[in-house]
Amino acid sequence: MSELLQFLFSGLTVGAVYALVALGFTIIYNASDVVNFAQGEFVMLGGMVTWFAHAAGLPLPLAALVAILATAALGVAINKLAIEPARGAPVVSLIIITIGASVFLQGAAQLVFDKQIHSFPAFSGDTPLRIGGATIQPQSLWVIGGALVVFAGLWLFFTRTLLGRAVLATSNNRLAAQLVGINTNFVMTLSFALSAGIGALAGVLATPITLTAYSVGIGFALKGFAGAMLGGMGNPKGALAGGFLIGLIEALTAGYLSSTYKEAAAFVVILLVLFFMPQGLFGRKSTERV
Amino acid sequence: MLTVEGLRSRYGRIEVLHGIDLHVDSGEIVTVVGANGAGKTTLLRCLSGVQPVSAGTITFRGEPLASVPAYRRLARGLAQSPEGRQIFTNLTVEENLRLGAFLYSDERVEKDMEDAFQMFPILKQKRNLAAGGLSGGQQQMLAMARALMGRPSCLLLDEPSMGLAPIIVQQIFDVVSGLKALGVTVLLVEQNAFGALKIADRGYVMETGQITMQGPAEELIADPRIREAYLGI
Repeated sequence: MSELLQFLFSGLTVGAVYALVALGFTIIYNASDVVNFAQGEFVMLGGMVTWFAHAAGLPLPLAALVAILATAALGVAINKLAIEPARGAPVVSLIIITIGASVFLQGAAQLVFDKQIHSFPAFSGDTPLRIGGATIQPQSLWVIGGALVVFAGLWLFFTRTLLGRAVLATSNNRLAAQLVGINTNFVMTLSFALSAGIGALAGVLATPITLTAYSVGIGFALKGFAGAMLGGMGNPKGALAGGFLIGLIEALTAGYLSSTYKEAAAFVVILLVLFFMPQGLFGRKSTERV
Repeated sequence: MLTVEGLRSRYGRIEVLHGIDLHVDSGEIVTVVGANGAGKTTLLRCLSGVQPVSAGTITFRGEPLASVPAYRRLARGLAQSPEGRQIFTNLTVEENLRLGAFLYSDERVEKDMEDAFQMFPILKQKRNLAAGGLSGGQQQMLAMARALMGRPSCLLLDEPSMGLAPIIVQQIFDVVSGLKALGVTVLLVEQNAFGALKIADRGYVMETGQITMQGPAEELIADPRIREAYLGI
């Protein structure tokens, strides 16, 4: 029993990171139908920039803030320099551009920072909390709490605010969005900034547990993408549930089968879900009449 | 209110508007009629700013519009109900209307929405349904209502009757002629020349990117060339 609980704790921790990445995918997808594969690099930058700013003498909270803001600015730059000039290109081309951006960021991080693996101290110490015979790191609670808070914020943003509705309207019909007075370029800028900032936050929260290096981005991107697809692309609820599910499946497989199979198990589940429910768990079937 | 002089526009190397001159005075309903492919929709897209203009000027309420991006033109009072309705299909009817008033967040938004529901009662019944599930006629009503939520002084209407049953077309045209009473000036682009000229004050006939005839609507309806070419009489 305590063994199961232990696996669940570790699944929830890593799942929370995936959920944060999946939420980042959700925002840009909602604004533009583009799946931004550079999302994982934002997570990497969150961890790496924090480490270097901290090593340069900034206190940890300030270093984390610098990392989140710098990454958000970088997200805006990617939109302005790579996505906006390609306006009118098919969505697939834009997705390929984001893959290019991801490769570029990873290479640049290798040059600007280094090739070492880094970590920084956990926010609330390293004394594990004992719950029902299992233990959980205080940092895990930070990660899980972060995912829940970001989810709640995004859910309110998309369902309760006019600006959130404007983001959805922009992806649904850019022409009509302009005609009702929405500055669609600003919506894109905003969604890249938000999405990159949330990715960086995931990196900041996760680094004391998962460690960081220039190359960690792609793994986060794939798992986060899997989580978002599993839950239903574009739906914050789906991103949250999908991210946590992937984490739990991985942890349970690693615990009861073998850690060799943990990634395979996650992807098999995704294949099955998408095969039987192509819209994902929370995706709505879209019906349109013309 | 709206003056267009020597307007030219092109898709790539192909020019589709070869110097359009027209004007719409405050309080008028003016219609541009013409066959499919005459350039009517391109003309409206130039006016709302989503289509590049290669030459000529557009003046709206005394100010040139050339440097005003599309998303700022509604704030100037110029709204468009675009061809093909272009409603937000994944949002509800009510959300579509609310976004029509994206620029505003005062009490008048609620009142305008009630007015829209009064104008098109069917939209009130469907207010919480996804707009993509509406019938063609209901989508057209929603597109017009959404444009009116932006409090325009001039409404550009692109083919509101396209693909609709005759009884719905009549209802739409009745609403358009009622806009006069609300103080909204209308520029109506239509293939349905007879229906449009019946409710308009003045009309322009457009052929292959040029204005070929213009005049008071009743004169155009009576003109034998129009009757033959567009009215099928």
